[in-house]
Amino acid sequence: MIRALGWVLRRDLLLAFRRRGDVVNALVFFVIVVSLFPLGVGPEASQLRNMAPGVLWVAALLACMLSLARLYAPDHQDGTLEQMLLAGEPLVVLVMGKVISHWLMSGLPLVLIAPLLGLQFDLPGDALAVLCVSLLIGTPVLSLIGAVGAALTLGVRGSGVLVALLVLPLYVPVLIFGAGSVGAVASGTGAEAHLMLLGGFLALSLVLAPWASAAALRIAME
Amino acid sequence: MLEARQLECTRGDRCLFTDLSFKLGRGQMLRVAGANGSGKTSLLRIMCGLVSPSAGELRWQGRPIRDEREEYSRNLVFIGHLNALKDDLTALENLQCAAALSGKPADVGRMLAALERFGVAHCAELPAKVLSQGQRRRVALARLALAPAAPLWILDEPFSALDVGAVVELELLLAAHLASDGMVVLTTHQEVQVVAHAILRVDLDLHTAALRAA
Repeated sequence: MIRALGWVLRRDLLLAFRRRGDVVNALVFFVIVVSLFPLGVGPEASQLRNMAPGVLWVAALLACMLSLARLYAPDHQDGTLEQMLLAGEPLVVLVMGKVISHWLMSGLPLVLIAPLLGLQFDLPGDALAVLCVSLLIGTPVLSLIGAVGAALTLGVRGSGVLVALLVLPLYVPVLIFGAGSVGAVASGTGAEAHLMLLGGFLALSLVLAPWASAAALRIAME
Repeated sequence: MLEARQLECTRGDRCLFTDLSFKLGRGQMLRVAGANGSGKTSLLRIMCGLVSPSAGELRWQGRPIRDEREEYSRNLVFIGHLNALKDDLTALENLQCAAALSGKPADVGRMLAALERFGVAHCAELPAKVLSQGQRRRVALARLALAPAAPLWILDEPFSALDVGAVVELELLLAAHLASDGMVVLTTHQEVQVVAHAILRVDLDLHTAALRAA
């Protein structure tokens, strides 16, 4: 079972490596959106510090959603998804492999580059650290929930908008507590509560989302 | 043994076929015939377990395939209309992934031998996107030549896009599979010469709802 997960992961990472442009797209989008805010709003340091968590988290969320279209659609088009459904392993395991590779390609780069972008907003060191931790816990949740949305809209015309409508309401709690954690550090109340709630979301979506996504895939293939 | 009991398939509000029953035993080949749009591909997808029939059921070794999906899938190779090749992976990598996902990882030597059987070993290191349609089909079919073979093969138009040489090779492969107690289900519009002691035939045109009512 673990071996099948490894194979899906390995295949998707290899594909991503061969098509680096797709991975870079989401990252460039994130960097551009976040970098434009200080230019647009002006150099007022306290104002930038206040809006930094929200801007960074919203940009990360949108960047993650942009890449959802590529999660299942290419596999659906060339028939490999069909073969995954017929693999001798539980579909949930393979879905988990795809979600992990999606996070490695679209979530992890954002986590790594976020502290650098946070500097543009004059965020202090402790806030930058919490920003990283909140993104590290939060972006896997985005990938997991997104996988359900992507599976539900598979093969539907205009699925991009539909995914946004389906997935955004579920992303909102993650956004609130993710951005809230950084804000809480700035205001001196400590981020533990927010981060624990984010961890709770992660645990919950880790348990539920792969099953929901696998069930949705089976329905989509009928 | 694969047994179909009174299968019915409806797409939208149109009934494609109804009351379709057959038994497929070891060493037997089932050829699904029917006009375009008569539901051949739908029947094959039902037989794989990708789609559930609107009525009736399929049994593998006496047990409904719905109940043990993974176990059934391990005994099955399905090659559909789509070749299931990733454009950015090489022919060899594609074959490797397909073998690993079906639970039978293969080493490079065996995979090259399988590609060689279909005359595409020289393309092993080329990405699938530069292969011609016929070559892609050959790479997809090379899965069949990978030992140990799954007992049940379900092939949707396996001969499409193949040249004469590859058609003969596939016919030989099918005959060998049947001779070693394998089972084959296929659809094709071509006349094929497969040596087998039992070739069953299901004609979907004879199972439409209108005919049943008459």
